Amino acid sequence: MAIVDLRGVSCPTNFVKAKLALEMIDVGETVEFLLDDGEPVKNVPRSLKAEGHKLLGLKEEEGYYRLTLEKGEE
Amino acid sequence: MSKEAPKTAIELKNLKAGGFIKERGKDLFTVRLRVPGGRLPVSRLKKIAEVAEEFGGEFVHLSVRQSIELVHINFKDFDAVVSALGEGEQKVASCGARMRVPTACGGCEYNPQGLIDTQKSALEVDAALFGAETHHHKFKVGFAGCPFDCPKSATNDVGFQGAVWPELNHDECLFCGLCVKSCTEDAIVQDENGGLVFIPEKCIFCGDCIKVCPSEAWKEEKRGYTVRIGGKWGRRPLVGTLFAVFLPEDRVIPFIAEVLEWYKEKAEGMGRIRIGDVIHRVGAESLLERLRGKFPDYVVKETIPPQVIDTQIGS
Repeated sequence: MAIVDLRGVSCPTNFVKAKLALEMIDVGETVEFLLDDGEPVKNVPRSLKAEGHKLLGLKEEEGYYRLTLEKGEE
Repeated sequence: MSKEAPKTAIELKNLKAGGFIKERGKDLFTVRLRVPGGRLPVSRLKKIAEVAEEFGGEFVHLSVRQSIELVHINFKDFDAVVSALGEGEQKVASCGARMRVPTACGGCEYNPQGLIDTQKSALEVDAALFGAETHHHKFKVGFAGCPFDCPKSATNDVGFQGAVWPELNHDECLFCGLCVKSCTEDAIVQDENGGLVFIPEKCIFCGDCIKVCPSEAWKEEKRGYTVRIGGKWGRRPLVGTLFAVFLPEDRVIPFIAEVLEWYKEKAEGMGRIRIGDVIHRVGAESLLERLRGKFPDYVVKETIPPQVIDTQIGS
């Protein structure tokens, strides 16, 4: 499973990077995004959901968050 | 032999709602245009540019209430400007002791935060109540699509803020924790088994839980406007306070009309006074009770008077 580290990347660059990363994988495939606390963890999952991807879970790690997501239809 | 000066003829009905504001220079006025909600079709923007080029100065001014103001218009050109703008297409705004043009955020059609169609509300209110005379002072209305409240709704005489009430269906919950993280108000917490607990009194109706929820465990139960009354800025600012929650979109016009009626009546004899100061003098309960008569399902049980902002100048 691909892991995309978006820590240290602020909004909206992190969302755009997530979109670019999703272009590289197939529909139905699962990917993990590492997100900073604060704005990133609040905004990025919601924006990805609004673009038709399926959010599978959010796990708190040490000082950051791991978002698991399944790529939706193009 | 003295030559008689030519007389200027002006259609005075064009000046009825105001919108023509005296400038420093002799004979010159600013013409404030009516742009409810700040949405301006490109075709109208082009027309305005043409009129500004022909009759105005070298720039236009964007007012803080989302209007375009044509500057340096000679009063002799009033009729020509009104007709060049195209009556029925681009109208002139208001000024003075009247209902002003409503402001609004971009709304919900393209802004992902927007919970409610503020653009539609602004247009409807403008069509129904624009220019209404208050007999006391100006009266401003603004619409914010969500609790981010970019338009600063509580600084209006009546301010509306889009709101949704979330409802949790525990059976659909995936225990992913996204809503807990999304809720800035700590209104959603997880119990020791990972299950969700909703604390309704902390909720500010932003709908972030619904937007982020992957499984639709959070659903919208109702939608409407949070309504605050009595705000203003100026020399002595006040922040409007809560009078109604989840007011449906189709009740907005009658609601404002009722507030206006109360204002006209209660401010009688108080001189040039905004509604927030009237509430301070007669008490918030009087207005609450008046509104409760027509909007019993939405008016809050109790409230506080508009909140004074201490500017630390003057006494």
